Amino acid sequence: MNKTWLVIKREYLSRVRKKTFILTTILTPLLFAAVIGTVILITIKNVRNEKIAVVDPSGLLKSNLESSKTVTYQFTTDVDTSNFVAKGFSAILFSPHSGVNETNNFKLITEKSLSRMANESIEKSIDRALENNMISQELKIDPRLIDSIKSNAESVSIITNKKGEDGKLQQSNFNIASSIGYFTAFLIYITLFIYGAMVMRGVMEEKTNRIAEVIISSVKPFQLMMGKIIGIGAVGLTQFLIWIVLISIITTGLTSLIPADVLHQVQQTQQQIPGATGQSSEAIRAMAEVQNNLATVNWGLVIFCFIFYFLGGYLFYAALFAAVGSAVNEDPQDAQSLMFPITMPIVIGIVIMINSINDPSSSLATWSSLIPFFSPIVMMARIPFGVPDTVPYWQLGASMVLLVLGFVFTTWLCSKIYRTGILLYGKKATWKEMLKWARR
Amino acid sequence: MMLELRNLKKYYATQKAVDDISFTVQEGSVFGLLGPNGAGKTTLLRMLTGILYPDEGQIFFNGKPFEPLKDIEQIGYMPEERGLYKKMKIGEQALYLAQLKGLSKADAMQLIKEWFIKLEMQSWWNKKVEDLSKGMSQKLQFVTTVLHRPKLIILDEPFSGLDPVNSNVIKDEIFRLAKEGATIIFSTHRMEQVEEICDHIVLVNKGKKLLDNTVKDAKQEFKQNLFKISFENLPGHTDSKVFQTIKQHSDHSLTVKINEGYKPNDVLTYFIDQNAAITSFNELLPSLNDIFINLVEGTAASRQFQNTTA
Repeated sequence: MNKTWLVIKREYLSRVRKKTFILTTILTPLLFAAVIGTVILITIKNVRNEKIAVVDPSGLLKSNLESSKTVTYQFTTDVDTSNFVAKGFSAILFSPHSGVNETNNFKLITEKSLSRMANESIEKSIDRALENNMISQELKIDPRLIDSIKSNAESVSIITNKKGEDGKLQQSNFNIASSIGYFTAFLIYITLFIYGAMVMRGVMEEKTNRIAEVIISSVKPFQLMMGKIIGIGAVGLTQFLIWIVLISIITTGLTSLIPADVLHQVQQTQQQIPGATGQSSEAIRAMAEVQNNLATVNWGLVIFCFIFYFLGGYLFYAALFAAVGSAVNEDPQDAQSLMFPITMPIVIGIVIMINSINDPSSSLATWSSLIPFFSPIVMMARIPFGVPDTVPYWQLGASMVLLVLGFVFTTWLCSKIYRTGILLYGKKATWKEMLKWARR
Repeated sequence: MMLELRNLKKYYATQKAVDDISFTVQEGSVFGLLGPNGAGKTTLLRMLTGILYPDEGQIFFNGKPFEPLKDIEQIGYMPEERGLYKKMKIGEQALYLAQLKGLSKADAMQLIKEWFIKLEMQSWWNKKVEDLSKGMSQKLQFVTTVLHRPKLIILDEPFSGLDPVNSNVIKDEIFRLAKEGATIIFSTHRMEQVEEICDHIVLVNKGKKLLDNTVKDAKQEFKQNLFKISFENLPGHTDSKVFQTIKQHSDHSLTVKINEGYKPNDVLTYFIDQNAAITSFNELLPSLNDIFINLVEGTAASRQFQNTTA
């Protein structure tokens, strides 16, 4: 046991100290931060206020043109095309001299072109102003009445309510659950490949370096294999933990960059959901909704299951990758062809996941989330939909137990293949030969 | 008795790698395990180091049945195919391998420092193996093999790839370790090295033991009554029923083979009677190389694949 520990320590430290590990571990969250930062920056930029001078000789707009967050209108008479920039306006708007129905003659003169958002906003405000004008003048109705009718009608959004077992209604949002499921399942898929291949390369390195024989004269082959698998698994866990910590720090940091009033609005809107109305813009409403729905996900369970399925899936496949590594020689081409039967179920797993994410209770999803070959990927995609309503406790329990039994079996089988393969040079073995070694 | 092998067998699918081999190795001796390539030496050594389990037969280590898990800490094994982690720093690597042999970190550090000073390797500590020449990494490999003061040191072709200077350094260390009480098993197909170093040899071919003797006795056993006689001037007559002249050398000397039933003195008498001036008379003992070739010849040097199911 003590010697296994030494092997684990070496495998772990030699990888964690590598420049590539440090770079990917730090750069990935930074990349993530850069993406989020860009999104927020764009949001903030869009919030930038454009001051627009309005020359409105016919008084068409005066009563109905409402300033919004992005555009502020100011009715003046002493501004013209030659001096609007000097007076601090970004554009000047001329309304037509003739009647209300002349919608073609609005003129906007700018120095720099305005953002698309601002342009749209101006067009909308004019539309609205004209609409309100017509409503009040021709229909003789207070436009605000129509507004409230409209917003009531528009505020319909579909809220999926699932009936919990205890009869309490639990709110959930299908899109949020499926994107979390999709993301975590994909992460497991990628890490199975990355860390599985790392184990395989490590074994191949020891074999081609011929160090394996030296080490095996000191420790049992099983200890060497397990030490490598556990050591590399620990590297993976370390990377995840650093990512989780860095990402949460960065997210907190970036949230503080969002202007306070936007955040305040989000919080307000959140309390009003469902049925948020009024001045809050679509974007803010969506943001609040996302926050609200994220809060309904059982994060503790998702993170626990993620770590469990990452480790379980990794242990299940790592032993197989180690067996392949022990069976090949210098030629990486050999590894490719021997790896095929191992990578195949992982790829099938992700295909099943993609097909079943839209119906997480289908029999395909249910059954494949029990089979250890696919369960790390498929079950992970189902869990964010909720335990125990989408995934009953018995399914989760059975899946976990089967996965543990699965990796105990693959480790046992592969340690026998590994024991023979690591010392055998010459031509690469076939799977048939490898299974023969296992029977010895 | 450091090591005793009884009827050891290891069969692979296509050949009998080790087929009923027994021998003993005395404590403190330098023991040579000889054989052509593919004779089964490596398989035999792997069984002695606990890497492989014999199909049949027993190994006794220090008088007790060999328990690989416990006893391998007493053994240092340098395989023929040298192996080190290329990307690992040399000091850390030596420390790691020593700790795997059960040394504490402090003890290991102490011993590594002593060895590195002795073999002038101090400046290597932070280098990586990939920066070393072949000879240098060979030296490192040797150090890591003997670092934990094993009672039994097994060296498979220890001098391959070493220049004469480093060869001698390693040879001296082997002698010193043997003098300090370590038992050394030495596997090679280079006979001239064995003659210099080993007390006792076992010759294997095709998985079978062909010879098991001390170097001196083996030479006696396989001597062919050859003698070399040097003269001031070659005598006129070299024909006799006592001996046959095998070869006449240009430096006034003869190689003769004494016929059955005669003694060296009979040869000397023959030449003295002719008044020939003899300057030297030496027995020509066969080199191990000769014995080796003699024994292995006739049996194909490289093994054919056999069917073991029979």
